[in-house]
Amino acid sequence: MAKRKRIGMEVALAAAEAVGMCNVDVAAVYPITPQSHIAEHLSELVADGKTDTEYVTVESEHTSMSVCIGASATGARAYTATCSQGLMLMHELLPIASAMRCPIVMSVANRPVNAPLNILSDHSDIMPQRDSGWIVIFSENGQEVVDLTLMAYRIAEDKDIMLPVIIGIDGFILTHMVEPMEFPDQKEIDKFLPPYKPYATLHPDKPLTMGAFAMPDFFPQMMKAKDMALLNSKKTIVKVWDEWERKFGRRYRPVETYRTEGAETILVTMGSMSETAELGVDELRDKGVSVGLVKIRLWRPFPSDELKVAVKDARVLAVMDRAVSPGTGGGPVFTDIKAVFYGEDSRPIIVNYVMGLGGVDVTVGDFVKMGEKAAKAKKEEYEFYGVMG
Amino acid sequence: MAGATWREIFPGNVVLTPGSTKGYHTGGWRSLRPVWDNSKCIKCGICYVYCPEGCVSQDEDGYFMADLDYCKGCGICAQECWTGAIEMVEEG
Repeated sequence: MAKRKRIGMEVALAAAEAVGMCNVDVAAVYPITPQSHIAEHLSELVADGKTDTEYVTVESEHTSMSVCIGASATGARAYTATCSQGLMLMHELLPIASAMRCPIVMSVANRPVNAPLNILSDHSDIMPQRDSGWIVIFSENGQEVVDLTLMAYRIAEDKDIMLPVIIGIDGFILTHMVEPMEFPDQKEIDKFLPPYKPYATLHPDKPLTMGAFAMPDFFPQMMKAKDMALLNSKKTIVKVWDEWERKFGRRYRPVETYRTEGAETILVTMGSMSETAELGVDELRDKGVSVGLVKIRLWRPFPSDELKVAVKDARVLAVMDRAVSPGTGGGPVFTDIKAVFYGEDSRPIIVNYVMGLGGVDVTVGDFVKMGEKAAKAKKEEYEFYGVMG
Repeated sequence: MAGATWREIFPGNVVLTPGSTKGYHTGGWRSLRPVWDNSKCIKCGICYVYCPEGCVSQDEDGYFMADLDYCKGCGICAQECWTGAIEMVEEG
C-alpha cells in the first residue's frame, strides 16, 4: 500500500471532495445547517471544473430528491446531502428512490428535528427514515466519512444491491471538525469505482415505466422484493468493504468492537460518540470495570447476526441512543437491539441511555458514569441521561 | 406477470412494455354512463377536451362518444357540455 500524505481539512469539505472524486453526473443539493459546507464546497468544485457534474440549484429538499430520482432513472449517478427539516421534507420521496432501485448517495449531517428549533447534533432526523428502504451507514470520524463516501456508489450501484445509500455524519461534531485524513489518488478511485451501468433507464428510444401503479395482485410482492434486496445487501456491502481494506488498509464492519474480550458490560454506540466512548472504556478498564464497546456501523440493514456474535458473552448491554422513539419506551437503537435478542435462549440485560440530544456534549466522564451504572444493572432500564427529575 | 412471485418481478418495479395500463379497464369503476343526444350536440368538442381519462373520441360524422372500457363515469363531460347534450344515466 502506498504511503499517503495526510492533510488537515474540515470534514464537511472532505465529504464534498470525496463526492467530487466519484464522477457524479448530477448533484441537487439544497443548503441547510450543518450540511451547508458540503453543499457549498461541492458547488465550488463544480464551478472550478474539478468535477464534471451538473449541479442543480433546487428550491427545496423535496425537489433535490425529486431531481436525484429523475436523474438516476435516466442512468445518471446522482448525489444530494441534507439533514433535519430538509430530510423530513424529503421523507415522502425516500421510499420511492429505494423502491425504484435508484442508487443515489446522500450525506446526512445528522441534526435534531424541530421543535424546539435546534441546529446542533443528534440522530432525530435519520430515525424517521429508518423504514424508507435505504442503506444507512454511520461514520465516526473524518477519515471514515471520506472512505464511506468513496465506497457508497460501489455499494449502491452493485447489481446485487441497486439501492440508495445514506452516509450519516453527525452535525458539527463531525461536519465542522478539522481532522487529519488521507485521500486515495483519482486513478485508484476510477479503478475502484467504474462508471455506473444501470440495468434500465428512461430513454425515448426504449420506453418503459418506473414506479408504476400496482394493485393488490402485485403490490405485496414488490414490497417483499424491496425488503429482500435490503436484507441481502449486507453481504455485498461487506465484500466492498473487504476490497477497500485490501486496497487502502482501513477496515469496516457492520458491527465493530473495542475491548469486548471478556467484557461483562458492553456499551453500544453509533456515530461520532464512539471514539469518545472508547476513551471511557479505557478509563473503566483501568478502574477494573469489565467493560467493552460495540459500535453500530451499519444501521440499515440492521446487523442482527453480527451484533449477537459481538456481545455473546456480555451480561449487560448499555445502548446509547442519540434520539428518542416517542411512545415506545426506549430509543430506536435500543428497541431494535431488544428485538434481536427476543428469540435467543439466553439474553443480556439491556439498558438504554438516551443522551446527546440537541447537541449536548457527551464526555468521556459521561461514558464512565454510564458504564459504571450499567455494570450494576439488575433489570432493563430506560433513562434520559443527564435530565434531572 | 399477474400472479408473479416476488423473485420474478423486474427490479425497481420497472414495466418494460409501454402502454401496459391499457390492459387495465378502469370502466369497471363506473356507476353512471354518459349518453349523448346528438340532436343537441354542436360538435364543439368540449367533452373531448375536459375528459380527464382521455376516453372521449369523435366519430366520422363529428359526434362524440366515450370508450366505456375506460370511462369512470365522473360526469365532467356532462357538466361542461354547453348545450346539455350529455346525460349521465345510471348503470344497471
